[in-house]
Amino acid sequence: MKVTIKNLTKAFPNKKGGEVVAVNNFDFEIPDGKLIGLLGPSGCGKSTTLYMLSGLQKPTSGQIFFGEEDVTELAPEKRGVGLVFQNYALYPHMTVKQNIMFPLQNQHTPKVEMMERVVAAAKLVQLENFLDRKPSELSGGQQQRVAIARALVKSPRVLLLDEPLSNLDARLRLQTREEIKRIQRETNVTTVFVTHDQEEAMSISDLIVVMKLGEIQQIDEPQRVYDNPVNLFVAKFLGTPPINVFRGYIKNKAVYIGEEKIMDTKYEDQELFIGIRPEGFIVNPKGELTCSLRNVEVMGRDKSIVSTHECAVPVADQKQGEEVIIRSIIDSDTVLHNDNGKIHFSIKPNKIFLFNAETELRVNVEEEVTEEAVPAPKKTTRKKKVAESEDK
Amino acid sequence: MVDGKQQWKGWVYLLPALILLAIFTFWPIVNTIYMAFANGYSSLGNAGGDAVYEFGIENFKKVIQYKNFLNCLKNTCLLCVITVPVSTLLALLISVALNSIKFLNRTLQTIYFLPYVTNSIAIGMVFAMMFNIVGTYNNPITVGIVNNLIEALGGTAVNWINAGSSYWANMAVMIIYIVWNALPFKILILLGGLQSINKQYYDAAKIDGASRSTILWRITVPLLSPMIAYVVITGFIGGFKEYTSIVGVFGDNMGPAGAKGRLNTIVGFIYDQLSNDWYGRASAAALILFLIIFAVTMVNMYVSKKRVHY
Repeated sequence: MKVTIKNLTKAFPNKKGGEVVAVNNFDFEIPDGKLIGLLGPSGCGKSTTLYMLSGLQKPTSGQIFFGEEDVTELAPEKRGVGLVFQNYALYPHMTVKQNIMFPLQNQHTPKVEMMERVVAAAKLVQLENFLDRKPSELSGGQQQRVAIARALVKSPRVLLLDEPLSNLDARLRLQTREEIKRIQRETNVTTVFVTHDQEEAMSISDLIVVMKLGEIQQIDEPQRVYDNPVNLFVAKFLGTPPINVFRGYIKNKAVYIGEEKIMDTKYEDQELFIGIRPEGFIVNPKGELTCSLRNVEVMGRDKSIVSTHECAVPVADQKQGEEVIIRSIIDSDTVLHNDNGKIHFSIKPNKIFLFNAETELRVNVEEEVTEEAVPAPKKTTRKKKVAESEDK
Repeated sequence: MVDGKQQWKGWVYLLPALILLAIFTFWPIVNTIYMAFANGYSSLGNAGGDAVYEFGIENFKKVIQYKNFLNCLKNTCLLCVITVPVSTLLALLISVALNSIKFLNRTLQTIYFLPYVTNSIAIGMVFAMMFNIVGTYNNPITVGIVNNLIEALGGTAVNWINAGSSYWANMAVMIIYIVWNALPFKILILLGGLQSINKQYYDAAKIDGASRSTILWRITVPLLSPMIAYVVITGFIGGFKEYTSIVGVFGDNMGPAGAKGRLNTIVGFIYDQLSNDWYGRASAAALILFLIIFAVTMVNMYVSKKRVHY
């Protein structure tokens, strides 16, 4: 079932009598049978979007289509959606079987068929031996799977998952994440998945929608979002360890960080934020970027070099006043040099992103796109990207 | 555990409460048992201070042989069995309704709670007025609001509580009174329970396509079952001790004029025995009442163990 969202807006009244726009004019399409991840920090409107898809919240304006059907005004129970809540919301007084059966009983499904479907759903989530247990007698991961089975048993048109992994411990989260992906593939149900964990979203989504403060930032396949962030926010939000950001500028068709010329460019003079992915550094005694070496963390498979640079700017979770650290990940067999406490890097050109210092929008947009025109980036850049990914 | 040297401190802290309990609870209990099994015990007989009693179950035999006692037992049981389920069900529906409205929610909660803080004798007198008729039996002039209402709707006035009224008319008034009087406390408890139910269950139920009645009976009631069990158990305990409500409506005649004691209850019976100086019989009746309440509570607990989901 293809899901189309048109100009979807949700505004909540705030205490002062004004409005808070939680979701601002969303426009996107979820292709049939895909798993799409809504990703963003808290307060970005991702859960609100999900609840509007489920029908539990009414949009202020805009429309939602399931296939060709306009479901904007449809009550939740008539939409045919399955929703998995963050804390599962399993009915504590019912057994696993009764929980899974509940949606079918409400549809007055014949008994024999009902039992077949319950067992099939339980098998899908590998809980067929737990049907007579109460939710309190199950582990967190098992409860999660019951919630998924309950959402899937009525063969929903769309499956909605609200931060389904956030209540699980780290190991279980990995397992369950794969499990969700498997179940989604087997049932081929269009799935929307809300998370604030970029790693989670990247690993299982076919498409991710990066959101911030009620605005869509970027929609694309996970790898493409990672490789081509449209703005500084997206670049910072994706990737562990996070991207390193420097202040810099373009002067006479060359990119500088401090006094050091990093690379040539065809763009006009402007102030920049320069993002470099941790894996974008190459240790090179003659490299263009000079950092002060702090220490080297050995991870086995690779090394993590911790250094500092006067032009580095903090990324999200660094505390104020704390020294800004540059983290670069290199092969473990790389030979390091130490030039009076300095280390030199050259930069992989596809791992460096230039953002205009004012607009924070990407300057060096993907080469093939920007061949013809190279104006200073304006607001249109982002819209263009969004439009593009929608065309696919 | 507190180690040995510190234990005396614990006892010291408990002492004030223990002394009061001993004087006003434990000693009376012991004394009640003593009086119940002291054959023919009465305060008059005891006045000389040197009365010697044989011990046995004479008092119990006497109590049970009273026709009056069986009548009291029947009244008490009837009132309990009818009013507790009715008031619980009504309280459930009212509290669910109260919980689902936002407008005037606080005001209505206060209104529904008012009977709880009103004197039950006063309420009883108001009820007596509402169900009253004036005039002779053959030529009644209706003044009670209930009969006025019935007549306005085209019915004939009923003699609810006056001389010549029927037993079931009396019972109907008492049932309405007791149910109404029992509602506030139950609503208070159930409303508290409702407000602690996670709203997500209702969102989930909506997504699952549950109808309103399904949500009430399959989600709300089971999740509320500990509170329901609590109000049912306390309701039965209170119901078996019903007395003041009847005094409120009928006065200490415990029945309409010409049928004295018709609506008497076990507590009323105990009171009568006490005022006639039969302390032994009163104690025996009190013990019987205790055993009945104990047994009913046990049954309640047993049922709720199977039905209540904590």
